[in-house]
Amino acid sequence: MIHRECGVLKTTYEADMALYPLPIARWAVGVVAALFFVVLPFSVHEYYLSIVNLVSIAVVGALGLNILVGYTGQISIGHGAFMSVGAYTAANFATRLDLPFWLSLPLGGLMAALVGTVVGIPSLRIKGLYLAIATLAGQLIIEWTINHVTWISGGVQASIEVPRPRLGGFEIASQREMYFFLLVFVVIAITGTLNLMRSRVGRAFVAIRDHDIAAELIGINIFRYKLTAFAISSFYAGVTGVLYTYYLGIANYEQFQIVTSIDYLAMIIIGGLGSVLGSIFGAIFVTLLPILIRYAMEAFGSLVLSPQAVLNTIPNLRLILFGALIVFFLVVEPEGLNRLWRNIRNYFRVWPFAY
Amino acid sequence: MFDWQFFGLLISNGVLIGLMYSLIALGFVLVYKATDAINFAQGEFVMIAGFMVAVALGAYGAPLWLAVALALALMIAFGFGLERAMLRPLIGRPIVAVIMATIGLAAILRGFGPLMWGAETKPLALPIPDEPIVWGPLFIPPIQLLGAAVSLLFLAIFGWFFLRSRQGIAMRAVADSQQVAMAMGVNVERYFALAWAMTGIVSALGGVVWGNLLGVDVHLALVGFKVFPVVILGGLDSIPGAIIGGLIIGIVENVAAGYVDPWVGGGTKDFAPYVLMILALMIRPYGIFGKQIIERV
Repeated sequence: MIHRECGVLKTTYEADMALYPLPIARWAVGVVAALFFVVLPFSVHEYYLSIVNLVSIAVVGALGLNILVGYTGQISIGHGAFMSVGAYTAANFATRLDLPFWLSLPLGGLMAALVGTVVGIPSLRIKGLYLAIATLAGQLIIEWTINHVTWISGGVQASIEVPRPRLGGFEIASQREMYFFLLVFVVIAITGTLNLMRSRVGRAFVAIRDHDIAAELIGINIFRYKLTAFAISSFYAGVTGVLYTYYLGIANYEQFQIVTSIDYLAMIIIGGLGSVLGSIFGAIFVTLLPILIRYAMEAFGSLVLSPQAVLNTIPNLRLILFGALIVFFLVVEPEGLNRLWRNIRNYFRVWPFAY
Repeated sequence: MFDWQFFGLLISNGVLIGLMYSLIALGFVLVYKATDAINFAQGEFVMIAGFMVAVALGAYGAPLWLAVALALALMIAFGFGLERAMLRPLIGRPIVAVIMATIGLAAILRGFGPLMWGAETKPLALPIPDEPIVWGPLFIPPIQLLGAAVSLLFLAIFGWFFLRSRQGIAMRAVADSQQVAMAMGVNVERYFALAWAMTGIVSALGGVVWGNLLGVDVHLALVGFKVFPVVILGGLDSIPGAIIGGLIIGIVENVAAGYVDPWVGGGTKDFAPYVLMILALMIRPYGIFGKQIIERV
């Protein structure tokens, strides 16, 4: 049997620790990979590919925030600000020193990690709500700094145009090329997170989340691991910011305001806290939601409203639906879309029995 | 040459504005004190209440007392309903869940207000004079005086309520330990609802005074951002803390704006309180009057 645990005999520790112990899971991953690498980019229209690209970028950011909030239990409302740090760092390096993307991108990530660690320092003394507000302060202070220091933000508009990423002599310009460019980072981010979470560091994170004092008692250096969590998470955020910058061709602070931080929090809550798959589901969901709402309103809104009124109501409806979904998921399905997926999977795993 | 008159003006203005912040912060503290829940939608509550009063006054031509009474009643009902539908299921969940739920609520309200009543800024006129009261070197706008007075009045009322009245003592018991309060025969859920209703009252009043000052539209909700530095400085569960925190933030942001703004081109008002708050968190993580939480495994 390829899809049941029974009959799969693990004889080595490596087999026991494998990410995908069942043959069917390995095959499924192979099929999904083939789908994303071969089928999707060559069968889908450019416009839809651009949506997929936005999702890809969001996946990286959501994974980063989930490491911090979902796995380590440190609430952060400053994710968007860390993205902007990465974005502006990379944009400055790319335009002033003409660095290629494979240098400016990790530099952006590292700078964000540095700033994120500094913002995370209060987490050593405070937690919960106080920490949430401290990171909120971090968000507002970074936003303000970028906006007011022209040396960083490059002028009155507070936006820097960046050249297209280049690999050798090849310029990555079209949506399809961009898709492969982003896909590489998505794959790195996903495998990186999966492996991080089964390492010593990842288990320390989970221990801190579950009970920080107990974690300290069993010898986990909370000081180090909390800051590590902030650093890794903001590194992801920084990379996300750089990817946005290269994708849009411009670093713009409006992409990284507090609303963005809340969007990413919504992603991991709707997707599922402390779950890699949940981060992906959440990123897909939150990115597609406004697009779907716009379609729905354009298709059906004109039945009851004038076209102008439809245009005016779309942003408000988006906000309402967005908030309602967050509340709905928190109240009804706190473990998010990931839990729904697990329920479906478990149903078929024990099928034809109920449990 | 140090301009004392300018400085005094900044201070006096800061004190009054700070007391108006305290009024909003009071709503936050009441909920936190009684239910351990956090209301990130405090500013949106104020905005919704402001909308109600402004629309009742403007579009329907209601008399002021009726508009305010209506807003009070609706906000109390809203507080009750909210506790019932959204926050009760979240009792005992991790703190991030409650924070996110109120952030979600904030998004709903922010979309709902303009959708329901239109996006343009509405005036909220109170029958008080516009001309500032000149008192020696100080100019005091009457609306700020009124806001500060309302704020102090409600501080006194809630202080009395918590210290002296039967309900208030029960509420403090609930805040201290829900399980023990339950065991002593206190209907915990009723006091949760009461706390949210009281927030409704404070938000309605805040909506009237702040709506008069700023006009009513979505931006009125931004007042909520000022609540966080105020309550963090004062301590999340302290009513006097809300007042002291409000005073400090009001004065600091006014003085900072007065002296720093010409150098950096504006925006210090939104920035300085948060810097101060971060510094305060480093020194006193639980605020000036906040309750120190001691944890054991």
